[in-house]
Amino acid sequence: MSRRRPHEEEDGYDRAYRKRRRVSENQEIEDRLESLILRVGEKSTSSLESNLEGLASVLEADLASFRSKILRILTDCAIKMPEKCTIYTTLVGLLNAKNYNFGGEFVEYMVRNLKDSLKACKWNAARYSLRFLADLVNCHVISAGSLLQLLDNMVDAAKEDGVPQVRKDWYVFAVLSTLPWVGRELYEKKEQSLEHLLVSIEVFLGKRSKKHHAALRVWALDTPHPQEEYLDCLWAQIRKLRQDNWAEKHIPRPYLAFDSILCEALQHNLPTILPPPHHDSYQYPMPHVVFRMFDYTDCPEGPILPGAHSIERFLIEEHLHQIIEMHHLERKDCAAHLLNFPYKSKIPLDYSIVEVIFAELFHMPSPRYLEIVYGSILIELCKLQPSTMPQVLAQATEILFIRIDTMNTACFDRFVNWFAYHLSNFQFRWSWEDWDSCLQLDPEHPRPKFVREVLLKALRLSYHQRIKEMMPEPFESLIPAKPEPKFKYAAEGAGSLPGTTHAHKLVVSIRAKCKPEEVLHVLKDLPNSRHDDDADSRFNPLKIDVFVQTLLNLGSKSFSHSFAAISKFHYVFKELADSEEAQICILRNMFELWNDHQQMMCVLIDKMLKTQIIECSAVANWIFSKEMSGEFTKLYLWEILHLTIRKMSKHVSRLGRELAEARERLRHAESDSDESEDGDGEGNNNSSKHGISGVGDDHEKPSEDMVDRMEERLEAAQADQKNLFLIIFQRFIMILSEHLVRCDTDGRDFNTHWYKWTIGRLQQVFLVHHEQVQKYSSTLETLLFTQDLDPHILEVFHQFTSLRA
Amino acid sequence: MPTFASPSVELSSYRDRRFKGSAGELKRLLRTSSTLYVGNLSFYTTEEQIYELFSKCGDFKSVIMGLDKIEKTPCGFCFVEYHSRSDAENAMRYINGTRLDDRIIRTDWDAGFVEGRQYGRGKTGGQVRDEYRTYFDEGRPRRNEIYQI
Repeated sequence: MSRRRPHEEEDGYDRAYRKRRRVSENQEIEDRLESLILRVGEKSTSSLESNLEGLASVLEADLASFRSKILRILTDCAIKMPEKCTIYTTLVGLLNAKNYNFGGEFVEYMVRNLKDSLKACKWNAARYSLRFLADLVNCHVISAGSLLQLLDNMVDAAKEDGVPQVRKDWYVFAVLSTLPWVGRELYEKKEQSLEHLLVSIEVFLGKRSKKHHAALRVWALDTPHPQEEYLDCLWAQIRKLRQDNWAEKHIPRPYLAFDSILCEALQHNLPTILPPPHHDSYQYPMPHVVFRMFDYTDCPEGPILPGAHSIERFLIEEHLHQIIEMHHLERKDCAAHLLNFPYKSKIPLDYSIVEVIFAELFHMPSPRYLEIVYGSILIELCKLQPSTMPQVLAQATEILFIRIDTMNTACFDRFVNWFAYHLSNFQFRWSWEDWDSCLQLDPEHPRPKFVREVLLKALRLSYHQRIKEMMPEPFESLIPAKPEPKFKYAAEGAGSLPGTTHAHKLVVSIRAKCKPEEVLHVLKDLPNSRHDDDADSRFNPLKIDVFVQTLLNLGSKSFSHSFAAISKFHYVFKELADSEEAQICILRNMFELWNDHQQMMCVLIDKMLKTQIIECSAVANWIFSKEMSGEFTKLYLWEILHLTIRKMSKHVSRLGRELAEARERLRHAESDSDESEDGDGEGNNNSSKHGISGVGDDHEKPSEDMVDRMEERLEAAQADQKNLFLIIFQRFIMILSEHLVRCDTDGRDFNTHWYKWTIGRLQQVFLVHHEQVQKYSSTLETLLFTQDLDPHILEVFHQFTSLRA
Repeated sequence: MPTFASPSVELSSYRDRRFKGSAGELKRLLRTSSTLYVGNLSFYTTEEQIYELFSKCGDFKSVIMGLDKIEKTPCGFCFVEYHSRSDAENAMRYINGTRLDDRIIRTDWDAGFVEGRQYGRGKTGGQVRDEYRTYFDEGRPRRNEIYQI
């Protein structure tokens, strides 16, 4: 600073230049610090200890000028790289030993982070903050007593009355999952208080309701591996850890090497931290089941898979889930990071990875990410580790197949979809012969059913000839039919059908590119088998039969052809099928033509729902109708039901969103109108047509009237949605009750394959659409799921309501 | 609304040279588009198969099969138009570079389908790349190669 240049004052240009340079120099230093902090603990030629020591000195020197920046980077790292928790706590410990004030500021910063995360319902971030604070006890930054006080306060939150169980669960989970890091230290310094904390937790767990457990299980049976509720499992692991005097072998603890420096440091006390009180808008994580498919006997010789109740299993799984979370947007990176797991030499890594990926895929009620995320990561894993991963995956598939008998129905579907997709990426190579014993079983048994459904999905991704060629001969009975239309009006003996002449005329007219009105003309004199005094005199089953089968057959070349045919003759559909009965008749005729092409039926129904030719309720009633009973346990039918429900849900959400936006704009416009009359420029700039529906697209002020109309539309849609759920659940109750009663009077076992599939589908509807169904929970309870219902059916409802209890 | 940066959803270096508009405009369209170009398909891959695979990432509006300009038969590419950008991004992330009909298929952003784009642009009616190809590709036979299979 002492080197003064002549004419410094006058040289404005030079000054500005130097200022800029200083700013950019600072920026450079900041960037360098950031990169040093981010990278500490990565592969390096020198030891972690010397790196940490060096970094602590560098940071200490820069604390004066870059204090807040360093604080921010360090807390960020703590939350975003929880796998490096102990590395950063060591660093903070070393800094605290050098500069007590900075240590205090850091603790304050971290505490604020914890509080903010709790308020914002960022549950994982909160847990990582808590873990970091706990680990700071190990680094002599925070006193053990003050941490225990915090943990006590959190467990107290589990003793509150009148709050959801999921809230209590989370606070207990947060405390338990922190103990692997700090249990030993607390045990050595505050044994009694720790024991007291554990007793409180034990009391809580003993009283906790676990009705949801059955709905979330992947398998109904607990052999060979129990499907434990997540808190129970963690509790068992913590108890075992306590038995082992809190010694665990998984967490690297770099601070141990600095013990002599750290134990000299002064400790800070955490301030009193109280969990923010419950608010109805808070969403807590849902409970889950710990998925296990392997134990050490499944793995080849080598490092041993930690037991189900060893804390190492929990730590490894949590870490792997975290890697997936961090890298799921880039499947190749994700696979590489998984395979690069830091403790890979100590565990049978491939098995742990496969188990964790299937745990996510089978997660109930729904996987965290799209199913294809997991499928594509598994493909990358096989590519990166071709010598071992494909075998482990094959072994996993085998295990899943053997245990499929008691697998829940939603997971069965996901397993089918994944396996067909996986095979299509590996030339459909599979040793089907190993599964030929399933051919002796009842076709409704989950094993032959699995093979059949996989082949149906594989067929969609491939072609019929290919599927036929890849399957060994004994499996012929499971090979799907060729997906072709069956047009009865051109088949042998069609002459005797009442509609044949008209159908042939219709073919000629449509080929000659006739207008929709002309179609009606061709169909005009087809006799109506129904009596005139029926409510809907326009409904003529024969007209619909001839029209739907002929038109769809003409469009049978591809989806595009079918869609074009449907939109061209949309008018005819609407004319012929006004009532729900008539709409069901359309579906029945579509089925008659296309029953060998399940994918076609799915997309046609999707199309007809979109174009409002049929309503959601018609689809639901059709699925449960007598004629469809032969299809009732097939996967595609439920695919259709779920797409129907989803369509309705999307519609309701969209109307809700649009209404909220319009209300917001109205409010905005009202508060603005005092200031200016000609609206804000921002709104006028936006001339592009992003809107979906007519009302309230443009950014003009909506009128009260418009908002009212939107409200009405939303209410009508919600009424439809409620009605749809009522239909579906009522039909479920009817067929299930009928079955139970019939079995009872005949003295037969009710627990047949059909029963298991059906109750499983009921469960699936509740779980897949739980957010929507939740809204009508009390209506369902008063109208349908009443106390006089068979307990087997009622149980499914109770499991559902306890999910967010 | 584009989600945050991630390499598998970035734009590739390919640009449609017949695009009517500036390079900047093309780039802007590509960055907000929900339409994908899908390439390296077998000529035998059907619309149905495309549907099955790409619907794993979300609902879409349409699939437009690429056709030989002269023969009007599939010539190994298509466009998939999703309703939302994020679904299209997922297809870029999870489908690009995986297999369909035993072929590694490639997806890329497209500025949006315009009538005429469904046809091959090669002299013989198919895609240009098949005309320059020096090896035999069983899934994409040129007219004079049909006898080979």
